[in-house]
Amino acid sequence: MAHERCHWSRFRLKSRSQGTVDQLKTIGRELAMGSQGSSKDFLDLVKAIGEAKSKAEEERIVLAEIELLKKRIMEPDVPRKKMKEYIIRLVYVEMLGHDASFGYIYAVKMTHDDNLLCKKSGYLATTLFLNEDHDLIILIVNTIQKDLKSDNYLVVSAALTAVCKLINEETIPAVLPQVIDLLGHPKEHVRKKAVMALHRFYQRSPSSVSHLLTKFRQILCDKDPSVMSAALCALFDLVSSDVKAFKNLTASFVSILKQVAEHRLPKAYDYHRTPAPFVQIKILKILALLGAGDRHTSENMYSVLLEVLKRCEPGKGEPATNISNAILYECICTITAIVASPKLLGMAAEITSRFLKSDNHNYKYMGIDALGRVIQINPDFAEQHQLAVIDCLEDQDDTLKRKTLDLLYKMTKSTNVEVIVDHMISYMRTLSDAHNKTEIASRIVELAERFAPSNQWFIQTMNQVFELAGDLVPAKVAHDLMRLLAKGAGEDDEEADSLLRSSAVESYLQLLGEPKLPSILLQVVCWVLGEFGTAGGTHSADDIIGKLCDVAEAHPGDTVVKGYAITAITKICAFEIAAGRQVQLLPECRSFMDDLLASHSTDLQQRAYELQVFLGLGPDIVQKVLHVNGSGEEIEIDTDLPFLQEFVDSSLANGARPYVHENERFEMSSGMSSFVSTSRTQQEPSHALRFEAYETPTVHTPSASSSAPPSLLPDFQEKKPESPRSLRNQLAADNSQVDLLGPEITRLRLDGVQKKWGRPSAPSQPPPVTTSNFDQEIERSGNGGSGVSERASSNRESTPAVHVYTEKKKAQPEIPAEKQRLAASLFGGSSGKRDANGVKGSKPAPNRPAAGNSKEKIPSTAQAPAPAPLMDLMDMGGGDLFSAPVAKASYDPFKELEGLLDGPSTAASTSTPAAPQKSSSIDFMSLYDSTPVVSHNTVPSTNDHDFLSLGLTSSSGIEPMNRPEAGLLDLNEFPANSPLAGLAGLEQSSSSSSTSLPERKGPSLQDSLQKDATTRQVGVTPTGANPALFQDLFG
Amino acid sequence: MILASLIMNTQGKPRLTKFYEHLSVERQQEVLRAVYSVLSSRADNLCSFVESDDIFGPDTKLVYKHFATLYFVFVIDNAESELGILDLIQVFVETLDRCFKNVCELDIVHNFNKVHTILDEIVMGGQVVETSSAEVMKAVQDIWKLERVGDLNPANVKGIGHYRNSRS
Repeated sequence: MAHERCHWSRFRLKSRSQGTVDQLKTIGRELAMGSQGSSKDFLDLVKAIGEAKSKAEEERIVLAEIELLKKRIMEPDVPRKKMKEYIIRLVYVEMLGHDASFGYIYAVKMTHDDNLLCKKSGYLATTLFLNEDHDLIILIVNTIQKDLKSDNYLVVSAALTAVCKLINEETIPAVLPQVIDLLGHPKEHVRKKAVMALHRFYQRSPSSVSHLLTKFRQILCDKDPSVMSAALCALFDLVSSDVKAFKNLTASFVSILKQVAEHRLPKAYDYHRTPAPFVQIKILKILALLGAGDRHTSENMYSVLLEVLKRCEPGKGEPATNISNAILYECICTITAIVASPKLLGMAAEITSRFLKSDNHNYKYMGIDALGRVIQINPDFAEQHQLAVIDCLEDQDDTLKRKTLDLLYKMTKSTNVEVIVDHMISYMRTLSDAHNKTEIASRIVELAERFAPSNQWFIQTMNQVFELAGDLVPAKVAHDLMRLLAKGAGEDDEEADSLLRSSAVESYLQLLGEPKLPSILLQVVCWVLGEFGTAGGTHSADDIIGKLCDVAEAHPGDTVVKGYAITAITKICAFEIAAGRQVQLLPECRSFMDDLLASHSTDLQQRAYELQVFLGLGPDIVQKVLHVNGSGEEIEIDTDLPFLQEFVDSSLANGARPYVHENERFEMSSGMSSFVSTSRTQQEPSHALRFEAYETPTVHTPSASSSAPPSLLPDFQEKKPESPRSLRNQLAADNSQVDLLGPEITRLRLDGVQKKWGRPSAPSQPPPVTTSNFDQEIERSGNGGSGVSERASSNRESTPAVHVYTEKKKAQPEIPAEKQRLAASLFGGSSGKRDANGVKGSKPAPNRPAAGNSKEKIPSTAQAPAPAPLMDLMDMGGGDLFSAPVAKASYDPFKELEGLLDGPSTAASTSTPAAPQKSSSIDFMSLYDSTPVVSHNTVPSTNDHDFLSLGLTSSSGIEPMNRPEAGLLDLNEFPANSPLAGLAGLEQSSSSSSTSLPERKGPSLQDSLQKDATTRQVGVTPTGANPALFQDLFG
Repeated sequence: MILASLIMNTQGKPRLTKFYEHLSVERQQEVLRAVYSVLSSRADNLCSFVESDDIFGPDTKLVYKHFATLYFVFVIDNAESELGILDLIQVFVETLDRCFKNVCELDIVHNFNKVHTILDEIVMGGQVVETSSAEVMKAVQDIWKLERVGDLNPANVKGIGHYRNSRS
């Protein structure tokens, strides 16, 4: 026998009621023996399967069993006991993965049996076999209806269990009345299950029980706690779907939780001496929903939360039980979800620390999760635990590692993006399954696009992602990368662009040495080599063409790569010809071309023919058609085709019918046809009116653009002058596919990406800006007295982040240097600062003026040579962050400020006139954006949240990889800045799509910070990475 | 909610499977294989949670415990408490242990319809319905007594069905 009997001493417990257990032991034993007697066949089956040497043997045994069962089960007059056994064997067979559908009907039949045990077995089998939409269900409904009315409570509860699985939306009404009746059943056991069944109905079809919502409230008052706890499951679902409707239950939940925590329930509900822990957990979850973003409701929970926390703390010398930790963790979730008091936050932080310091992996995991929640409110908190986080990151436990990467992903900003992405990439190397790889690849791409410190880094990172995740990366990412290279960082800095391109070319040439590359990366490589391979002058055309031929040869089956390769060769040849050099195709290249000329793929053939044609053309024409670095050009399409106006006019003059727009045409024709159908007679004269619409006029593209100047129609509504598509454009379009010709959306998005690499042209002397405006703002937010302002103040008083890594080393010699370095680069902070901070979260925030004064004493950081006035104004602990934005706001800061303080509506209008001097308005936005001192009250906020969502949706339009957490975080943390960010983002992206790109780029710290601001302001990052909250931490 | 409760042995053989949302037989087998390959690759001292969005969709986790030759696995979404479910597994196993003295894999194989009954008392339609081992025992005891009665005469069945017991 393969399965050994084993001792489960690990989980044996001292039983509290020994008598019952003894009795049950014998029952259990007897049952085991008894079933042995009655179903020897079954035991033999189990035994045979257990002893099977191979999967094939097992298969054979099971198939034989199925045959046997098929035969036996269909025999007439099978005794019910036998039948029950057959059914059980069927279930077993199906659990092993074999189809037992031939026996379903017998299981259904068994539910009709009068014998309870048979009935139960029948129900068990049907619930396991059938889904709620199975055809056989209809045969059971009647039985269930009958059983629900049974006066034997065991029958009723068996039927209720079946109801949960088998009843679908259509059959709910059939059993609903009975189930509702059962809510008044004398046995709590039945009431409990009836509540569960109702809950299930709600999950299946909320409308079916919508009239019963008050019932759930009533059940909450059931005299039996177990029924009440069943109602909590349902209420949790109800509350999460509509919080507002259940706000008035808050007091009830609080009082229930209080009673439970104070041990008022019978001892029977204790679990490991914790009173009804599952009830506590459920209520805490519900309270988290109710209190989110609602100060008043939250305040009602403070005392009970304190009570729960106090009661769950382990006594002296004894370790906390698992279940009390479960409650503590749930408390953290609740505290971080509601508008909590500083005291509660402090306690949450304390428990989180304890979890993180635990040796138990489970608690560490919960600790990392809790940390992620706590730092959303108090970002300083992460720093105290940087080493614990790094421990978890390096842990061999995959779950823990992933959770920690999740946390880091949420904390990423431009100062630590390199380290974090590095970690993600090395983690990706260890992965083998596609799902996780795809996910982490998309995260890396997202972070890289948002926070890349330099274009070089971005390209390198992307290459690594492509290399590791290969074709799991969406093609769009590759197109964006190509587009970035094509457009460069801006038109003003050709030198940097060409440097970037040549570095890309170099890295790709190197990459081609690798044996196995994913198709998508090869496509990028081919395109880049074709476009820029010879541009730098370091590589000869023959070199590059040779490489491209190699690529194509190495991937004979990949037509896409081949297409990219042949087009790249075409381009290089064209550049050569245009430059006046003679092109002599390498023999291998010629044979490659010949191959493609005869290819089955018409696409490849077409490309090859184009190459052939080019080789025969003179430099003049080639230069016109395909000129160097033409890929960055915008191709504009004018759907109105104004150059045909002349033709149209003359046609009209000659009596042609005027063009009818498609929509109108449809209406007309449908109206006509109805008219026609009623009145038209059978015979139709040959010259009768034509009722069907004219065909859409086919447009012949003129051979030269000069023949029809667009000036013919100067006042066309949308200025999209058509320049006829040249072959050059066509080629470019072929390569970059959707991107260049694609709809606005794709274009917008990349512009957003581009923008981030702009280097701010910050003057060295930032202009003095008056403090008064901001003080006012702070004052106002102080009136709100919300957690936001408290947080802000605690941020402000903390010291600016400086890399004092050496200091830290001295302080804690036992920590390996490697780890500290990692910590420093991740968190940017120092542990030397830790002592000063203490348990920051637990301290109530100092009052506002004091914080304002103290901040002035703080020395400015090394990286930020920004003068004092600036710090005065904006200092959140790291003035460097704001120096650049403020500097750029120098155009007219006051005007902008006014606009801001007026709220979102005017902000939109003020920034519109400012659009021409785009940099000014945008940067000011970013400055504002990174100021968390504005609380709810600053914005006239009746539709505060509407604005928010507007901001969010618009931003997700621009940046599809928006994080899901963003919404929540925003609502809770930065309610006022987001709408503006969203607006600014909208405006900026729309203007940047038509106007020029940012001037420069560069990897300095200021730049990256500036970039943070810009990113956010594009509407992409209304997330936890808000620098004003995080800067102290990660400096 | 709880999406599935699974018991499988350390060789990957399913011992009890219960999916609270219906899956086809083929899909069930896929899931079991995937779960097993995840669990068998994890050392014992690691944490008891595995994110399983690749198996069950986003925001799902496996919470599991390894006892002797068996894995007890609950698949949950984020409306359940991970640590709480760990204790629920504990309750489940305790109950099994009370029913089958020194419960072992074999007991579960041979009596898996009874194990289903126990599980049904603890988890119903994906929601935790009872967390007290003693209470679960009482409920299954009532049912099992029927089997002891033997010939199942309706009068006896009725008598047992009406046997009242309430919590201490």
